[in-house]
Amino acid sequence: MKKLVWLMVFLGLMGFSLALAQPRTVKVGFVSTLSGGGAALGIDVRDGFNLALRHLNNQLGGLPVEVIVADDQQNPDVARQAVDRMLKRDRVDFLTGIIFSNILLAVGDAIFEEKVFYISPNAGPSEYAGEQCNPYFVNVAWQNDNLHEAMGQYVQTRRFENVFLLAPNYPAGRDALTGFKRYFKGRVVAEVYHRLNQLDFSAEIAQIRAARPKAVYAFEPGAMGVNFIKQYAEAGLLREIPLFLPGFSADADVIRAVGRGMVGIYNSSQWTLELNNPINQRFVEDFRKTYNRTPTLYASQGYDAALLLDAAIKAVGGDLSKKDELRKAMLAGFNSTRGPLRFSPNGYPIQNYYLRQVIQQPGGEIVNRQVGTIFTNHRDAYVDRCKLR
Amino acid sequence: MPPSLFIEQVLNGFQFGLMLFLLAAGLTLVLGIMDTINLAHGSLYMIGAYLTATLVGVTGSFWLAVLGAVLGTALIGMLLELSVLRQLYRRDHLSQVLATFALILIINEVVRMIWGSQPLLLSTPEALSGPVEILPGLYYPAFRLVIIGVGLLVALLLFWLVNRTRVGMWLRAGASNREMAQAMGVPIKPLFTLLFGVGAGLCAIAGAFLGPILAVQIGMGESILILAFVVIVIGGIGSIKGALVGALLVGLVDTAGRAFLPLLLSRVASPEVASNLGPALASILIYLLMAVVLFFRPQGLFPART
Repeated sequence: MKKLVWLMVFLGLMGFSLALAQPRTVKVGFVSTLSGGGAALGIDVRDGFNLALRHLNNQLGGLPVEVIVADDQQNPDVARQAVDRMLKRDRVDFLTGIIFSNILLAVGDAIFEEKVFYISPNAGPSEYAGEQCNPYFVNVAWQNDNLHEAMGQYVQTRRFENVFLLAPNYPAGRDALTGFKRYFKGRVVAEVYHRLNQLDFSAEIAQIRAARPKAVYAFEPGAMGVNFIKQYAEAGLLREIPLFLPGFSADADVIRAVGRGMVGIYNSSQWTLELNNPINQRFVEDFRKTYNRTPTLYASQGYDAALLLDAAIKAVGGDLSKKDELRKAMLAGFNSTRGPLRFSPNGYPIQNYYLRQVIQQPGGEIVNRQVGTIFTNHRDAYVDRCKLR
Repeated sequence: MPPSLFIEQVLNGFQFGLMLFLLAAGLTLVLGIMDTINLAHGSLYMIGAYLTATLVGVTGSFWLAVLGAVLGTALIGMLLELSVLRQLYRRDHLSQVLATFALILIINEVVRMIWGSQPLLLSTPEALSGPVEILPGLYYPAFRLVIIGVGLLVALLLFWLVNRTRVGMWLRAGASNREMAQAMGVPIKPLFTLLFGVGAGLCAIAGAFLGPILAVQIGMGESILILAFVVIVIGGIGSIKGALVGALLVGLVDTAGRAFLPLLLSRVASPEVASNLGPALASILIYLLMAVVLFFRPQGLFPART
């Protein structure tokens, strides 16, 4: 009997020492849109995230990291299954990666219920910014309205009398035009919503032609942006009615596909290629070297999501059970590709928004150049309705 | 409403409808004559688009690429018929649905393996990438005009083939009574293979011309296949005329719904309600159309069998 007790103590100690010798790993679930029309966005976020991990020697806050990747196919049901699997079977410590707001809204509650932090590298629905804000939600990119608020402000300063608005019919599309109208004070000729992932815009373009607006503002991310701009140019409207876009519809992914037609277009972004800080310079240079293409704002957001996790885990000394401290550490801010980044109590960033213009360089390369600053230290419009402190 | 807007939307509806017709024509013949449900029809459309995009890169010419893609897809279609579909003719519809659904999944994965999961880039030919003034003050994209022209041409050819040739006579005979046609000595086996090849070729034409407007990506066939089924149900299974009328109806109703419904709603309801309700109603409009047609004519508008 005595022998047995000793044996058990010995085995117990051995288990304990094994646990000591093997430091805990951080498990990050990465659910993103990696196929279909939104694939360019998810792939950029993933590649940015992976580049940051490489720069951090595959560690987050000193702990070795394991990333589990799943493709949501831009389908809420598929995303729901992937998230459930990661929460219940893989027991991930953090989740990140989702691109589209309708998908995030379909899985958010399930994540928050398990008290797992969701670090959003893209989707920033207004729902999670106001009354329904959640302590387990941090967005490292922007609130959905923000880039559109910036363009609304810019189109306002250009004194266009009226504007035609176009967006897909889903939460981020509605947030987009709400944001634009918050700062644009002229007349809205029409506000047209179309099916998400629609690829033929002939009906909408005919409406624009008939309405004869002074300007058009369109929020069309991913493949929708590529198709809309191409078809807008093919209809001969690009020369007649100026088109203004958020950064989502005018970054390197869209420029690669549309080409020369993009030159001259103004757009807004929270991040630019030429932001002058060492983190951004290293990110841009190494992204180009590693993936052989120009990074987009999405890639910078993926990169920053990993940097945020790294800073927060470091701040709690690697103890992931300290949820309150982790949240405090995340909201305290970190050094991002956009310089020091701070957050509001609802988990959304307080940051600058820049004006960019697509230009053709003497060598022939078409790039997006920063030409001004629209907002400095801008907050989202919903934060006052959030009860979190 | 300005007349130019109306004309432009009608052209848009025609353009979309004619491309749907190319898909529906093959589908309705296969379903009407061979009595076989082929869900993988959309996959042939996808293969056509992928082949076009690849061949444009190789040959540098859009038109050569279309020709190559049509021939290639027709060949793939005939191989599919010889290897898989031939085994299914005597089975019930459930087995056919299951087997051809499996084909969709297999073809999607094969395409993913060959071309990757990112959409391919297929641009409109440079010469056709601008607008054309069709009426004073009314501009329309040149490429879409070409699509309308190609669609009409293929429709005419098909009508000639079905109504004026011996093969067409066999086809019509097979569609109205297969057993009788077989008894009268119609060579049914090679006819089916040929028919399947023609259907695949038509899919490839649609894929090649819609590719630059939509996107060349995995799954592009499934979404349009549903519309093609709606078309043949409205038009009447087995009837080319029905497919043409059904396709134009669906094209026009879909475009009109997207273009005019929100406008109409905003007159009677608040902008908030209109912008919420408009897109939702527009996307169910063609299914409403189908329900109405089925209610009054359960066989479709022009049934092949009476």
